[in-house]
Amino acid sequence: MSEFLSMGGDGAYVWSAYGITLATLIINAWLVRVKRGHALRRARELATQTEAPRKQPKVHRVQ
Amino acid sequence: MRLPRWFHQLGSPPHVYRLADRLAPWLGTLGCALLAIGAVWGLAIAPPDYQQDEVYRIIYIHPQTAYVAMMAYVVMAIASGVGYIWRLKVAHAAAVSAAPLGAWFTFCALCTGAIWGRPTWGTYWQWGDPRIMFETLLLFQFLGYMALRSAFDDRDKADKVTAILAVVGVVNVPIIHYSVEWWNSLHQGPTIMRFGSPAMTADMLWPFLTMVLAFTLTFYWLLLRRLQAEIVEREGDARWLRELAPEGAQ
Repeated sequence: MSEFLSMGGDGAYVWSAYGITLATLIINAWLVRVKRGHALRRARELATQTEAPRKQPKVHRVQ
Repeated sequence: MRLPRWFHQLGSPPHVYRLADRLAPWLGTLGCALLAIGAVWGLAIAPPDYQQDEVYRIIYIHPQTAYVAMMAYVVMAIASGVGYIWRLKVAHAAAVSAAPLGAWFTFCALCTGAIWGRPTWGTYWQWGDPRIMFETLLLFQFLGYMALRSAFDDRDKADKVTAILAVVGVVNVPIIHYSVEWWNSLHQGPTIMRFGSPAMTADMLWPFLTMVLAFTLTFYWLLLRRLQAEIVEREGDARWLRELAPEGAQ
């Protein structure tokens, strides 16, 4: 196991590169989750605010 | 020119939002599973390199992140072009969504490249090396695109102006790819996308390609989720948004 972790003495390079890549993926997954959640919350707020005044327009039929 | 029906549907924000909702879970699950498989394969199962020994294992992440960064730019440029020509708001939203992802992946490629450079070239960074310089330029292209967007209050105007920037800047993508052939570079030449067969044996090639697919799927998963957020922001209080699941389930 320690042989695997040491990567022939270059473990620091290999693991830091993999660590940075993993961090990039996790950060991006988290960022997009936050952004999407925020956008959906904002849309729901707008929907409830505009719910009351918005009515179907009256249609006058011409005979 | 008659455009097919599916192309027209891609111009409809609700259609694209729902399509993304259907595709994203598959892309995300498959992408993450392949990332795990590819990482174990590349780190533990693939044989060591005859020249670089174990440190070569960065090859299972570094070219993939660089490739995804370039793909992100191409996606951004094509979406910008389509948005500009056909005035599709969804296409502009896709371009906007690709930019931060591209910036993150470019940053990641530069970092992993620098880490790999130390034990193999003896240096983290080489000013003037064409591959490194054009890849760095790509990072600034993404950042510049986002900075230019934020300078506009009017979203439609921002869409148009940044679309031109994105399309013009795509010229850097082939330059990055061919930089190792056109100029003397510390960076090694292409391993996979070159004339003849790949310069890699099958026991290294398969985990390599697994990771290429894994990063590609993961990128499109992130892109679709970002696009959904962007569409919702742009649509404001549109009627179709109210019919969405109340919590907008992930």
